Amino acid sequence: MAGNDWAGSDWNAERAAARIEALRDQPGALLPILHALQEEFGYIDRAAVPLIAAALNLSRAEVHGVISFYHDFREHPPGTHVLKLCRAEACQSMGADALGAKARERLRVGWGETSADGRVTLEPVFCLGLCACAPAAMIDGKVVGGLNEKSLGVLLDKAVRS
Amino acid sequence: MTKARLFLPRDAGALALGADEVEGALVAAQRRRGLEIEIIRTGSRGLYWLEPMIEVATPQGRIAYGPVHAGEVESLFDAGLLDGGAHPLRLGRPEEIPFLKRQTRLVFARCGIVDPLSSADFRAQGGWRGLERAIAIGPAATIEEVVASGLRGRGGAGFPTGIKWRTAAQAKAPQKYVVCNADEGDSGTFADRMIMEGDPFVLIEGMTIAGIAVGATKGYVYIRSEYPHAIQTLRRAIEMARDERALGASILGSPYAFDLEIRIGAGAYVCGEETSLLDSLEGKRGQVRAKPPLPAHKGLFGVPTVINNVISLASVPWILSEGAPAYVDFGIGRSRGTMPIQLAGNLKHRGLFEAAFGLTLGELVDDIAGGTATGRPIRAVQVGGPLGAYFPRALFDTPFDYEAFTAKNGLIGHGGIVAFDDTVDMAQQARFAMEFCAIESCGKCTPCRVGSVRGVEVIDRILRGEKPDENLALLAELCDTMKFGSLCALGGFVPFPVMSALTYFPEDFGSPKAGKAAAA
Repeated sequence: MAGNDWAGSDWNAERAAARIEALRDQPGALLPILHALQEEFGYIDRAAVPLIAAALNLSRAEVHGVISFYHDFREHPPGTHVLKLCRAEACQSMGADALGAKARERLRVGWGETSADGRVTLEPVFCLGLCACAPAAMIDGKVVGGLNEKSLGVLLDKAVRS
Repeated sequence: MTKARLFLPRDAGALALGADEVEGALVAAQRRRGLEIEIIRTGSRGLYWLEPMIEVATPQGRIAYGPVHAGEVESLFDAGLLDGGAHPLRLGRPEEIPFLKRQTRLVFARCGIVDPLSSADFRAQGGWRGLERAIAIGPAATIEEVVASGLRGRGGAGFPTGIKWRTAAQAKAPQKYVVCNADEGDSGTFADRMIMEGDPFVLIEGMTIAGIAVGATKGYVYIRSEYPHAIQTLRRAIEMARDERALGASILGSPYAFDLEIRIGAGAYVCGEETSLLDSLEGKRGQVRAKPPLPAHKGLFGVPTVINNVISLASVPWILSEGAPAYVDFGIGRSRGTMPIQLAGNLKHRGLFEAAFGLTLGELVDDIAGGTATGRPIRAVQVGGPLGAYFPRALFDTPFDYEAFTAKNGLIGHGGIVAFDDTVDMAQQARFAMEFCAIESCGKCTPCRVGSVRGVEVIDRILRGEKPDENLALLAELCDTMKFGSLCALGGFVPFPVMSALTYFPEDFGSPKAGKAAAA
């Protein structure tokens, strides 16, 4: 299975500064910058906050406030694979609650946590727009529909091994 | 010899069910058999229980097969797939499949048929005609056409689109914006995603018409990050539209200028609310703004802004090209035109059903969707996303129309319908509605921020059997406070799922008085 889609998770201030510099002049630049950093590193390192604040003439508190507001932005590096499992109603109607419980049990994690071996981060998602293919998930950006206990098990096995 | 042409969706729903694996098997089979085949990746027709669905072009029209598993591709070739040969998966002409035949596809006319990234296909199938007419008749007449069509916001609020446009057009400002709300967060909805993946030019056309109408030269599409395929397709379509001069300094050779930019959301449900979306676009926490001022007066970066849902904007090209009277002919009462209804969750025939307003809920879920996927009886249907009411079978005669649903303490929202079979625990669904509100609250107003947390606690106490009568009364009072005291629809509408669950399914709350408390 292919790994995740960010370049590499080692924090690098120069690479971060280059991404910030490229986007700082557009109106409403903060979200595009945060997305770029997460794309680069897989998360938003605490050390990025003062760099962004200086570039956009914001306080560090304002930048932190935006990072913490949005569910997408991670403040810690994720596991090798990220599994987003839909928890919303359409998927619930097809058994998503039981799948969520199974995934947490198998990985021994809570929602938003990474398995102890660092292989898989389990994130809840509220709707992938795959409500006619429920229950649905996204693993490393790849969408999967019509999940059941067995197919979820195969997905997790692969993720844990590769 | 001409190449055989096969059509296979690249819609995210089809991909989730294995469309890319099917393409791989098709390519391998063609190589092995020494055939020459052109595989055209389309959007989805929206018949998801049949996805991945392959269509083959034959002299008799297209013939569909589905749902196709990659392992079945060889047997399809053996059966004469390229000539529309007989096979257990053969569905015949897609237009004749009852689910599709019964629809009125205005907005989704091209979706699932054309290559979404072929501007030639788009033009050949009626694309840009609405824009050409808007340029010809000018901004004022364009707005009046949209007003006369009776089009109402398809995002959920149902506010007349033309009135929004007129308000923004009348505002005097050197810079205005058109913003497309593509933050389709309601569970059970996927119409915006489908159109962005299956016919992205129609959205570009609708936004450009809006820009000309209100005097805006720049538009933003705010797409949720959960839709990477839609983002990719729309991004490419915008580049192609620039090459076609349908975007840019001189749209289709006219004096009007308009350009588009995509911005990506970051997983906050509340950003589907228009004012918090604007704050998010400005790079802030997506917190709701108090209205007034209306976005049409003071919107993005403080200037007049038209903000419309994807489907509202995608409805406009048809209205302009065919005329408002043709659109008004569809629908009932004050709900005119068509609505892309999304049949989701536990239903046998799941997918997109575009139809004129007025079908009853029962017709939709029993007749068109064919009951549940699990084969068990339908117990409850949630209409309009996580903030929509749960309707029992007793309300299945409600016609799909803005006012009819409001009259029954519900809402049609963005047109999503999620069915549950008789294994559902409605008390848990009520609890989830409050939990979801607590997770997604922007925190600006107290009724929503604190009320949702207290709501979960009160429901837990009821379910533990602690002073059930007092706590049921408290829950009803809390819902009342949230309904009338919240700044936006998140806190304001979460009482719909909670109180409808309590009203119609009191037995799940373990108290015979639950229904009475809800009714009081």
